[in-house]
Amino acid sequence: MSSHRTRSALGATALLAAGALTLTACGSGFDDAGDGGSTDGGFTSSDDALTVVIGSSGDAETEAVTAAVAAWSEQSGVDATVQAATDLPQQLSQGFAAGSPPDVFYLSADAMAGYAGNGSLQPYGDELSNRDDFYPSLVENFTVDDQFYCAPKDFSTLALVINTQLWEQAGLTEADIPTDWDQLASVAQQLTTDGRVGLAFGAEYQRLGAFMAQAGGGLITDGAATADSSENVEALEYVKTHLADGTFAYAADLGAGWGGEAFGKQLSAMTIEGNWITGGLAADYPDVAYTVAPLPAGPGGQGTLQFTNCWGMAADSPNQQAALELIEFLTSTDQQLAFSDAFGPMPSIQSAADAWREANPELEAFLDGAEYAQFPPNQDGSADVITDFNSQLESLSSGDPTSILDSVQSNLEAIVG
Amino acid sequence: MAAIAPVGPRARRSTPPRRAGSPRGIQRGEAAAGWLFVSPVIVILGVFMLVPVVMALWVSVSDWGGRGSPLSSDVSFIGLQNYAAVTTEGGLATRDFGIALRNNAWYVLLVVPLQTALSLFLALLVNRAILRGRGFFRTAFYFPSVTSSVAITVLWLFLFSSSGVVNEVLSWIGVTGPNWFNDPGGILHNALAAVGITQGPAALTDGGVLGVSWWDWLAGPSVAMSAFILMAVFTTSGTFMLLFLAGLQNIGAETEEAAMVDGASGWQRFWRVTLPQLKPVLFTVLTLGLIGTWQVFDQIYTGTQGGPSKTTLTPAYLSYQAAFGSQDWGQGAAIAFMLFAIIVFFTIVQRIVLRDRPVSARRARQYQVRTDRRRQP
Repeated sequence: MSSHRTRSALGATALLAAGALTLTACGSGFDDAGDGGSTDGGFTSSDDALTVVIGSSGDAETEAVTAAVAAWSEQSGVDATVQAATDLPQQLSQGFAAGSPPDVFYLSADAMAGYAGNGSLQPYGDELSNRDDFYPSLVENFTVDDQFYCAPKDFSTLALVINTQLWEQAGLTEADIPTDWDQLASVAQQLTTDGRVGLAFGAEYQRLGAFMAQAGGGLITDGAATADSSENVEALEYVKTHLADGTFAYAADLGAGWGGEAFGKQLSAMTIEGNWITGGLAADYPDVAYTVAPLPAGPGGQGTLQFTNCWGMAADSPNQQAALELIEFLTSTDQQLAFSDAFGPMPSIQSAADAWREANPELEAFLDGAEYAQFPPNQDGSADVITDFNSQLESLSSGDPTSILDSVQSNLEAIVG
Repeated sequence: MAAIAPVGPRARRSTPPRRAGSPRGIQRGEAAAGWLFVSPVIVILGVFMLVPVVMALWVSVSDWGGRGSPLSSDVSFIGLQNYAAVTTEGGLATRDFGIALRNNAWYVLLVVPLQTALSLFLALLVNRAILRGRGFFRTAFYFPSVTSSVAITVLWLFLFSSSGVVNEVLSWIGVTGPNWFNDPGGILHNALAAVGITQGPAALTDGGVLGVSWWDWLAGPSVAMSAFILMAVFTTSGTFMLLFLAGLQNIGAETEEAAMVDGASGWQRFWRVTLPQLKPVLFTVLTLGLIGTWQVFDQIYTGTQGGPSKTTLTPAYLSYQAAFGSQDWGQGAAIAFMLFAIIVFFTIVQRIVLRDRPVSARRARQYQVRTDRRRQP
């Protein structure tokens, strides 16, 4: 190689090295600093303003949270801003990787373990002054390795939503509301007509899991994988039978995006959905009259699934003390009832239950579900297992429940050990 | 040598004069100026491409969990574990990677030939001098290429919904269209099921690679993926049509006329005269097509997120999902590098297949006048 070329190569390398150094310099914020102030009882505290990032369902939610946070700012004197994320998981991942995450954020139960595993989250649950007011199953939902990580923001459960008009047209009365699987099958049969099925729901564990709970099964019991239990097989067999006889159907097979859409378009007379359906129906299908009933019991008793998010707190937040106070404010009785009023979820604390019942007598079935609700696995990696389970459930009508559950079992064993 | 003496002691005999009339080559000062002018590009490429690529390579062989810098001291080297997790360990990660590769392989297999053939066909159409309104057609065919892929995807979701336009049109001819984006059935499996074969032979169902049985590898693209395949062909043909058009306009009319004089038919003129001259363009189109189709991401991200039943999962989307969704950053990076390797591999294969071969002796003989030159290529 000629010396000229050598020099050129050296020049290029030097430039690249300079570039790399520049990058590293920019990235000095990457280092786990926690340099934002003094540490007090394991919590940082400083005068820094707080950033709150939420995955909002719409304007109503964004406005309600913004107003609540502004009210807290006023009261505490700490500045705080609310941002509605377009893609919350991505935004959080980027924040954690760059060492500049939002201080307080919505966190889904299935993403919690992953972030907890890499140390991004500050576990603060036991420090909450209102800790004992939360529903115990919600506390458990956000507990990983015996650490109660974050305060449940609110929650929803699944219930049976019935189209009142179609119900009456089929000659059914309030006394016919199904309380067990046989009755459910029989009313679904009576409601099935040409071009309409009795019961429609999403092709996913997040709906079919309720049947598994009613059969007495579940994916993880006491920390061990129990996907291949006979109860779960029985539940999927039950669903498969009725998918085959045409009285149940997956929403997607009816050309609807989710159960609520199938229900709203009257492609089905009943659906299994959570609280959020009330908002969806009010907005898109205001003319559909409906009744909410508890899900019928299976051979193992009553069962449903609960879904919840929590208020996550970043380990890298420079002002965790203020963040904790903000979260206590946001999960207080009054504030949760205000949120419920604005965009519909159920309060995560028991002291708000009575007031919520009074305000929403027709939706009581959702809150009653809290007594016996299971929650989807929250171990690190469980989201992938559920995704895989869902992909197999889509072809349940031609599949074999036992072999589907066997594969879920082996996938679960890989993550719970 | 005396003439170039003023250049100085570093002048090299091996360097030929760059330009006639300028025997001195590049002066030292000029070289420095050259580096100065290209340095912004080098810095930008280095900072935004080389450094991130090297960092990603490091992430793929480390246990970085997604918090803080991957270069910090508590991140350690774990060898090829991340690569093993998605290729040999046989768990969920391996199966997902296998499914993603299967899906994408079918996508490439169908999109690349179809888009190349269609774009060539369109280019030949709009290149014809007698076509009225050529400009209009050129614009019309090119239009989908300039529209954002997200917008096109949303459009496609509407067109191919169960009660969408496509199914409506199909119903006019008595066909009940599928529920496109919710149908996980592979089209080859569906075709076999139509003749009563729903289970593969044991030889295919028992064995397999990457956690996916041979029978499932051979499922064909799902109905949902087929809709994406149609979309890719629709959106990219316009771009490649422009490339072919440029190539066609570089071909002089003389060769075509000469072939006409020789009595070649239209098909022969295309196949024997035009197409061989388009080979460099064809090479570009195929290379760009291969790279683009292996990297399919936007459509999946906006459209189906891998569903139904993971049949539109692709390695690019899986890589994103593993890193940002599951916090398995190492595995995400490993998938990205394997995808890179696949693209390089296929590009090389295609280079070899399309290389200029010496004309075979048999064919060369047709053009030979003097027998003594027969052996020459």
